[in-house]
This record gives sequence, C-alpha cells and structure tokens, in this order.
Amino acid sequence: MQKLGEFKLPHFFNYPPYFTLQPVRDTREKQIQLWKDLILDYCKTQKVFVIGLEEEFPLFSNPVIERSLTHEARETFLAALVVEGRAEWMDKNHRKCLILWHRIQEWAEILVQFARDNGLEDGVVTIEEIRFGTESQGTDLQGIDRTILNRALKILEQKGKLVVFKGTSTDDEGVKFSL
Amino acid sequence: MSGNFLPAVQLTESGRPVLQPNEIECFYLSSVDLLSEDEPSSIPFPHLKSRLLILTTHRLLCLPNSSSPNSSGAFAVPLAAISHIFSHKKSIKSMFASPRIRFQVSLTPDGRVSGNGSRSVVATIVVRGKGDCDAFLTKFWENWRARAWEDDGPAPGSSSGSAFGSNSASASAPASSGIYSSDGTVRMVGVAGILRKEQEMWESTDKSLQDAFQDLNALMSKAKEMVMLAEKMRQKLLSGSTSQTNASNDEEMGTKEEMQDWLLSVGIISPVTKESAGAMYHQQLSRQLADFVKVPLERAGGIVNLIDIYCLFNRARGTELISPDDLLKACLLWEKFDAPMFLRKFDSGVMVIQNKSHSDEEVFSKIKVLVTKPEALRAGISASDAARTLGVAPAMAKEHLLSAESMGLLCRDTSLDGIRFYINLFTEIDQDDMHLVKDHGVYASWIRVNHAP
Repeated sequence: MQKLGEFKLPHFFNYPPYFTLQPVRDTREKQIQLWKDLILDYCKTQKVFVIGLEEEFPLFSNPVIERSLTHEARETFLAALVVEGRAEWMDKNHRKCLILWHRIQEWAEILVQFARDNGLEDGVVTIEEIRFGTESQGTDLQGIDRTILNRALKILEQKGKLVVFKGTSTDDEGVKFSL
Repeated sequence: MSGNFLPAVQLTESGRPVLQPNEIECFYLSSVDLLSEDEPSSIPFPHLKSRLLILTTHRLLCLPNSSSPNSSGAFAVPLAAISHIFSHKKSIKSMFASPRIRFQVSLTPDGRVSGNGSRSVVATIVVRGKGDCDAFLTKFWENWRARAWEDDGPAPGSSSGSAFGSNSASASAPASSGIYSSDGTVRMVGVAGILRKEQEMWESTDKSLQDAFQDLNALMSKAKEMVMLAEKMRQKLLSGSTSQTNASNDEEMGTKEEMQDWLLSVGIISPVTKESAGAMYHQQLSRQLADFVKVPLERAGGIVNLIDIYCLFNRARGTELISPDDLLKACLLWEKFDAPMFLRKFDSGVMVIQNKSHSDEEVFSKIKVLVTKPEALRAGISASDAARTLGVAPAMAKEHLLSAESMGLLCRDTSLDGIRFYINLFTEIDQDDMHLVKDHGVYASWIRVNHAP
C-alpha cells in the first residue's frame, strides 16, 4: 500500500486513467467523485486548508506511475468541491482554493463546543490561543486557517454568541463568548 | 404470361441485373413501356409498364422501376432475336405523343423469343420519361449490328447465323443486295444513290479523322481487352492451382493466391457510368456498389472504412472512376432500396460502411477480453494493439475503442506516450469507501496485477 507521509493512499491512485480528465460524462462524474473524496480526506487528516493550483500539491502527481494532473483537471476537481460548498475560490483567477473539510457552519459549532468544553461560556480567549493554545491541541481547531476562523467567528457574532475585540496588533485579537 | 414469352433476367440482391460474360451496359431509359402494337395479337406479348430499360451489348433488359421494386420480374429481349429495328419516323403526331421505337422480334412457333424463329412480332418501346430517344436508337443500332454476343459463341436464343434471316445477314455484309443498307436506311438507287454514296464517303473519312484524335475512346476499348486478359489469367491460375496443389510448394502458392486476389478484385466488367445511366446514375451505382461491397465487408468483419472502399471500388472499375462525392451519394441511396449495409458516421467524423447484421456488442466483447488480460491491466492498450486483435486498421480500431469508451467500458490515459485505454475501474470502486476492495471483480484483479510483490 502506497503512503504519502502518514496518509494511506487508495489503490486506484496508481491507476493511470485516474490522472486523465475523462471525456465521457458518466465516467467523469465517478472520477470527480473519487477525487473530491480523496482531496477532502487528505486535507482533513493532513490539516491542509489552502490548495494552490500552481504549487506542488502531493496528491496532484504520482511519481510511481509518472502521471500528474493537468491544470484543467485540478481546476475541474476543485470546482466540483466549490459547487458542493466544500471549497471556495480565494481569488478571481482560481489560483488558490480554500478547502472546507468542515463547512463554515460546522466550524462555528465546533467553536461553541470548544468554549463549552473549556468552560469559556462567558470567558475571553485570544485568537492565538484558539489556533495554537494547549486547549485546542488534538482538536480540529488546532492550526485552523485565519480566514476560515474569522468567517466562523462572524457567524457567531451575528447570532450574538460572542464579541470579537481588536487589540493593538493582530496578535492581540480576542474573543469574548456569551453563550 | 410474359415469363413464358420473354427470357427472365436474374437480379442481384440489390436489384442489379446479372450480366453475361463480356456483356456491357450501354444505355439507360427510365419510365419505359414495352408492348406489342400488332392487332389483333395472337401472340401473348407482355405489356410491361413503366420499366427501366437497359441496353447492353447483348440484350435489351426490362427491369422493374426502382420506385416500385416489388413489381413483378425482370425480362430481356436478346438482341440476337431482333430481326429488324425500324428507324424513327418524324411526323407531326410524334411531336405530341411519347416517342416510340419499334423493332421486330423473331418467335418460335410456340411463341418464344428466339433468333431462329419462324414467326415475328413488332414490339414497341414507348419512352414516357425524359430520355434521349435518338441517342438510344443510335446506340441500339450500333449494338445490334456489332453482334457482340457472337464473340462468346452462340448465345441462348441464336443457334446459328444461317437461320437468322436475311436482314441480319445484310447487316454483317454491307455489300449484299438486301433492301437495307449497312446503316439500316433504305438503299437508294439511281443518281440519287450515287450522290448519296459520295456524301457517305466524305462523312466516313471525316469520322475516321475525328476518331484518330479520340485517344480516350481507343483506350476505353482497350480496357475491355485488359479485363478479358485478367479474366483469362485468373482462369489459368485457378486451373493451375487445382491440378498442382500437391506439387507446388507453399511459397509459390502464396504468390499465386496473392495474384489471384488481385485479379479477382478486377471484377466489374460493366461499370455503371454517367454516360450510360444518365439520371439513373446514382441509383444504379448504388446498387452496383451494394453488390461489390459484400465481399470486402465480409472479409473485414462487417465494417470497412469508406476510403478503403473508394480505393477498392475504383480499382475494380478500372477506367470509369467515380468521384468521392458520387460514392457518398451512392451510399446514401442504400436506405431507399433496403440494402443489407449502411453508411455510418462516427463522432470523430470518420465514415464507414457497416453491415446491418454487424453488431457493436461483438466488437465490445472482444475489446473487453483484450483489456482484462494481465498485460493490458498493467499498461492499457493502444489503438494498434486493438487493431491486431480485431483484425482491422488502426484508425478503425481507434473508432471502436472510442465508442467502447463512450459506452463506459473503457477509460483513457493521456500521457506523453499518447492515448492508452484501460478497463473502466471507476464504476467498480466503492464510492463510499475508497479503500474497500471487493474480493472478486476487475478492480481486485487489477490490484493483484499492479501491486504484486
């Protein structure tokens, strides 16, 4: 079984047609489904939040069978994720893609759960602590992308469940929960 | 019935007449009635309405019209049985009525058309459609006088020349003292006759001068000889190979067979030409093509590239080559008379001729066997691999692969080495658990081949 670091790759990763965008619609739909699952699975376990189309991405090439995805194929597979709401383009030219292995709404729920688990229902926590603090270690929140975190916080802020307050620098930004 | 009276003509499956050896089609007239205007008619001459009339070097063929292919039978009047052709009378009446051509046919006492008959009947051709009646008459005369049937030995219906009647004797020997001169006009006598003879001499000199420059016509008449030569060689080869099968070694047999193949493909002795068929050209061509295509189609497994057929067909025709456009039109006309094959256009634009009985399933099952072999599971197959297995040209094989792909049987791998095709595993893989492998199935055997230690 082939592995990518800690990640266990499926058998079909060595199937050459997997790396060619299939022209026949039915076949292509199945291929896209497999790619979507693999990308989400990989990003979740490896905590990848952003995929750059023009940068090296381990999944997009397979040195064992000497195949790699074309730009068109990469864009097609990521666009399929965007349609499902599991990804968002970060720029107009589709050069960077934000991967939402949890949807924003799910991230908001995870934040609420995080606050409850750590007794922060009325407490204050900094953004830095959420991302890299001891409390978040081992949870999905560890190392969360700033863009995604801000989006999730905004949802909760609109519902009145917390207030984001700004400090003198970005490092000082904090959150006051009021659950 | 007419069947008793006139000899029947055998038709091919596509409705083309089966010609005698060395018989060549010369002229076509559509919408023609053939009847006898003799009154009262004691002879049961058939009244054949709106037929297709084909003049050949040997016979006058009266076929069912293509628009009503189910109308009964095809009949022929052997030119040998014709004892006289009346020249076309120009009159006021003929300007308004449909043009008519009359000729006299010899009959045996029991009422059969025959060269040595004692009785005779005048038959009339009524030309109802648009057709060059005068040109037909000229050609009719030429063929009748050329007596091409005698070159092949006695044709059915004409046993010998002696019982043939004085008119035909005068035709073959212009100097004889019959009432008709060589060209069928009534011989003139006196001063008028001398003047006329002078005129004729001038004309014939002029004609031979013109002929000298018509190299193409000369070439055409040679073409027939070439075909005859090829035919002779084929006969010789055939007889040779049967008598010496044991003695000759394999290599000799191989070259002989090859030679035979080449000669067999020089098959069409009487090509349908625009000149002879006129407006009927594409219809007749279409039928001839349908007859011709059968053998190469069978050999190629039911499907042939249109370009290949174009080459084969034109090679068989020898001189009267057809244009690609004519071929295409001929193929498209197959639909109208329910030919056993049809023109098929692939998505890529490649056109092929396909047997109606040919099924894609058969090809697909062959492809499936090919792509599930261990070697193909590992590295896929190319168009040329498929071509070898299917026994077709690589371009054709690629079309098969592409249609198998569109059916979801195959999927492609595009790399620097070009396109290779693999068995489609996408349908085999569990969409909910990508790591799950069923114990049996193509995916499992693919993994066994590719991940074997």
